[in-house]
Amino acid sequence: MATNYELDDDGVVVIIGSGAGGGTLGNELAQKGIDVVILEAGSRIEFDEFINDEWDSFAQLSWGDLRTASGGWRLAKDFPNLPAWIVKAVGGTTTHWAGASLRFRDFEFKTLTHYGKIDGANLLDWPISLADLEPYYEKAEDKMGVTRTNGIEGLPGNNNFKVFAAGAAKLGYKDYHTGRMAINSAERDGRMACQQTGFCFQGCKWGAKWSTLYTEIPKGEATGKLEVRPNSHVIQIEHDAAGKVTGVVYADKDGNLQRQKARIVCVAGNSIESPRLLLNSASSMFPDGLANSSGQVGKNYMRHTTGSVYAIFEKPVHMYRGTTMAGIIQDESRNDPSRGFVGGYELETLSLGLPFMAAFLNPGAWGRSFASALDAYENMAGLWIVGEDMPQEQNAVKLHPELKDQYGMPVADVWFTDHPNDIAMRNHAYRQGQALYEAVGAVRTFPTPPYPSTHNLGTNRMSEKPSDGVVNKWGQTHDINNLFVSDGSQFTTGAAVNPTLTIVALAIRQADYIAQEMAAGNI
Amino acid sequence: MATVYRHPGLSRRELLKGGAIGAALIITGTAVICPEGAWGLETQGLPPDTVATLIKMARDIYPHDRLPDRYYAIAIKGHDAKAAEDAAYKTLIEEGVADLNRRAGADGYRGLGWEEDRVAVLQQIEDTDFFQAIRSDLVVSLYNQKEVWPYFGYEGESYSKGGYINRGFDDIDWL
Repeated sequence: MATNYELDDDGVVVIIGSGAGGGTLGNELAQKGIDVVILEAGSRIEFDEFINDEWDSFAQLSWGDLRTASGGWRLAKDFPNLPAWIVKAVGGTTTHWAGASLRFRDFEFKTLTHYGKIDGANLLDWPISLADLEPYYEKAEDKMGVTRTNGIEGLPGNNNFKVFAAGAAKLGYKDYHTGRMAINSAERDGRMACQQTGFCFQGCKWGAKWSTLYTEIPKGEATGKLEVRPNSHVIQIEHDAAGKVTGVVYADKDGNLQRQKARIVCVAGNSIESPRLLLNSASSMFPDGLANSSGQVGKNYMRHTTGSVYAIFEKPVHMYRGTTMAGIIQDESRNDPSRGFVGGYELETLSLGLPFMAAFLNPGAWGRSFASALDAYENMAGLWIVGEDMPQEQNAVKLHPELKDQYGMPVADVWFTDHPNDIAMRNHAYRQGQALYEAVGAVRTFPTPPYPSTHNLGTNRMSEKPSDGVVNKWGQTHDINNLFVSDGSQFTTGAAVNPTLTIVALAIRQADYIAQEMAAGNI
Repeated sequence: MATVYRHPGLSRRELLKGGAIGAALIITGTAVICPEGAWGLETQGLPPDTVATLIKMARDIYPHDRLPDRYYAIAIKGHDAKAAEDAAYKTLIEEGVADLNRRAGADGYRGLGWEEDRVAVLQQIEDTDFFQAIRSDLVVSLYNQKEVWPYFGYEGESYSKGGYINRGFDDIDWL
């Protein structure tokens, strides 16, 4: 039931991006009978085409268009053209994500109130509370089939989890389990159960992990109210003399420019592409970019305080077998400044295959110390740190002053430097992770630096006051009422949790608001 | 009960006889040949002597004593092919290797008997474009060879085998 809308149809809602935010919003609006066109920069690759091979999959799915990384983070040196590891394909980064689906805690919506003013940080309370989002978290968990919610069983623990859990017990941690995962532990919603294949980051070839690619999008298409147009790379949003957006210009699969008219435009290209697009849409009326009267578009870029700890044991672990991230310790996810930092972090199981372990264990390292670590790959266990990082105005997605993409548009430069709070938190987490593995017999441990960012947040942040941020509590831009932001760039702060569940909850909530405002004739 | 993994080419018999491990390379006018390992690499863009030095250098950068030389030879083949098509690249590699040999002394880089001595030379040049070109390529061209994965106990693709749900995803038995 593929629907095709005309380019000059100015009654459609145009959504830019088909990931957790855009794909969910598109389906929710279509279910309400609203006409939707999703423009997706990448191609449509169905789940049976995914590849169980790290580099081949990387080439198949990831966003490979030119970007730069700058600032004080180590990535700017190690991977100067790969600030982020995210996806350019229908389904966006929901093809690549690990599946961890956690709710923010109450205090994490009000960090300025709870943490107080912190030097160098641009903390702000969200204009919504946990109570506002709870009904939508419930809908999101049901939609995504999150384990340990809605009576869904947890996933079984794999080898990597067993080592992790044994270490957690030795350290006296209490709150650990195989996670709240949007991965089927049993058949549900027409999708099969996890087969413990590994390669969650390479796209789930069974469809057991929730992705908009094979849930929201086909469900939306089945209503006859949603068209997904792949290989459609939006380069500019246009507006009229009254300052309302009227449509978008995009490059089609052949590189030809097309103009799709729209009643409403929702930007959901993730926290790097969304601000880039708003900045690249500058006009004589909006010389600093669309929706940027606050000057906050692109600012406050967050990427979570991350890092990994890998450990070598005397005997085999085979950590790569089974679900990549089905393991979590939540004891450190609290605000306890006595640890030397505000905010908290989660520890989650993680593994890489040999090719990516070689690339990411200690980028640039060589010689016997490095090679001997890989020699023990079979005996390795691993975990990932996900902590709340401080929003800082200086950390920003900017337009590169010289470099242009294949369509002549300035590319994104991602400038990031850790806040001292981020460093203190990461060091604490490294110590805990290393102690955890040593408690169960690790002979060698590795505090591994952050990978290219998968949690990209905050660059069009939500604020009560138009002067503090880009969008209001519905994700509607303060400046232009028919322009919305529908992805993780809305996040005012990042909390200590993987962001996808919150992006989905916000998209469901935003769909209700858009439908209500359309019905009222306000937009 | 843990699923036992067999490392290829590491049977007791092969270890005792030495096999291809550490076998001497023969340099001819157009090729690098390893008689004991039964492989040869016909060079296109670079002199065989340069290629032999790159193979040694590759092993010194990522030293895995259980890996035969042929995997390092495969890993550096791309530089030879690229040098055949790109004169500037050929110059980068040839001058880099010449510099390495100069720094190593009278017998050149391969003439240094101890790995530590060769590594000391590599450390002098590790910030150069030449070294970074070799190392950054090698981290993919060596570790992304499916044939080397079993030496590290990495099993690769698993979908076609039905994942690990019945093949040891939770078989750890020593905790």
